[in-house]
Amino acid sequence: MHSRISERTVSTVLHGTEQSPLRESASNGLKIAIVGGFGVGKTTMVKSVSEIRPLSTEETMTQAGVGIDDSSFVRNKTTTTVAFDFGRISLDEQMVLYLFGAPGQERFWFLWDRLFSGTLGAVVLVDTNRLSDSWYALDRLEHHGTPFIVARNNFTEPRHTLEEVRESLDLPPDVPMIDCDARKRDSSKAVLVALARYLYSLSTNGAAGESTA
Amino acid sequence: MIRGPLDKEGPDRLYTVTGGRSRADESRFDMVTLIVSESDPTPGMQSEHVKILRMCRRPLSVVEISSYLELPVSVVKILLCDLLDTGRITARHPQVARLGGRLPGPETLKKVLVALQNL
Ligand SMILES: Nc1nc2c(ncn2[C@@H]2O[C@H](COP(=O)(O)OP(=O)(O)OP(=O)(O)O)[C@@H](O)[C@H]2O)c(=O)[nH]1
Ligand SMILES: [Mg+2]
Repeated sequence: MHSRISERTVSTVLHGTEQSPLRESASNGLKIAIVGGFGVGKTTMVKSVSEIRPLSTEETMTQAGVGIDDSSFVRNKTTTTVAFDFGRISLDEQMVLYLFGAPGQERFWFLWDRLFSGTLGAVVLVDTNRLSDSWYALDRLEHHGTPFIVARNNFTEPRHTLEEVRESLDLPPDVPMIDCDARKRDSSKAVLVALARYLYSLSTNGAAGESTA
Repeated sequence: MIRGPLDKEGPDRLYTVTGGRSRADESRFDMVTLIVSESDPTPGMQSEHVKILRMCRRPLSVVEISSYLELPVSVVKILLCDLLDTGRITARHPQVARLGGRLPGPETLKKVLVALQNL
């Protein structure tokens, strides 16, 4: 199914009728990552704010040990493939914001490293019934020095306050937290605004401007 | 999450489209580098190159090209190197990456904030 849909998309691109092509002046791609455990609503959030139907693609990593040979595609070498999806928001004449929904499992560390380099910041989506699913994501973000906020996607009526969640996740007091419904555009938009506001505040108070390691 | 047509096609297609070339040049592009065609395809050109040149008549990110071609991002970057080296495309790199991994300045982030608020 994936392949049939994409073929159609290629042909519409080739005929110049793609849903919404970028402006000629578009020149500065920006990245935000939406991370979190399995099924927490990452794709749903990308979809609700993206100006294009979310697309998916793959990144690969060659699996053999270290050495020069391992940096080329050689027959019979095993590659690990990880799929991720993304959407896009044109911000102005130049800036285009890409939103990446990245799976939170540990074995995808190589995708995380590539996504986080140059990423403005991240939204960690959590489901409070499965908080431990977000530990790995939080750990990697802290390791990379990527600023993040935590958004609680409420599948059911929340039973805890956000401050209780902050304590369970052992989050520093300055990390913004917000409730959301990833299915709703306004709610997902509010999450992105909260992240952008946080990033702006970091950039104006000096010290904390480091985005990636 | 480990899935997709590429797994079925196996490494052979990857080998074919990249001609077994090195991945060392991948770092010349970010996933969100915007690619713009500078010329039309010519006869005899590799089909992936033809598709890229057609797609990028308007700017298009590396990751979108990857999605439309159904090739992993790293393979697309290798294909793009050839086109860049022969002047058939230009690449508009993200300004954040150029600044060495630091957050953009407050002016840029303010613009991002205001644009998102006005969505
Ligand atoms: N009730 C409710 N359901 C939601 C909400 N957000 C997402 N869902 C549903 O939860 C399911 C999983 O959402 P996805 O967006 O696919 O989650 P994901 O994080 O992308 O999942 P993976 O990529 O498989 O890890 C879908 O069926 C969504 O419709 C929400 O806020 N409330
Ligand atoms: Mg998903």
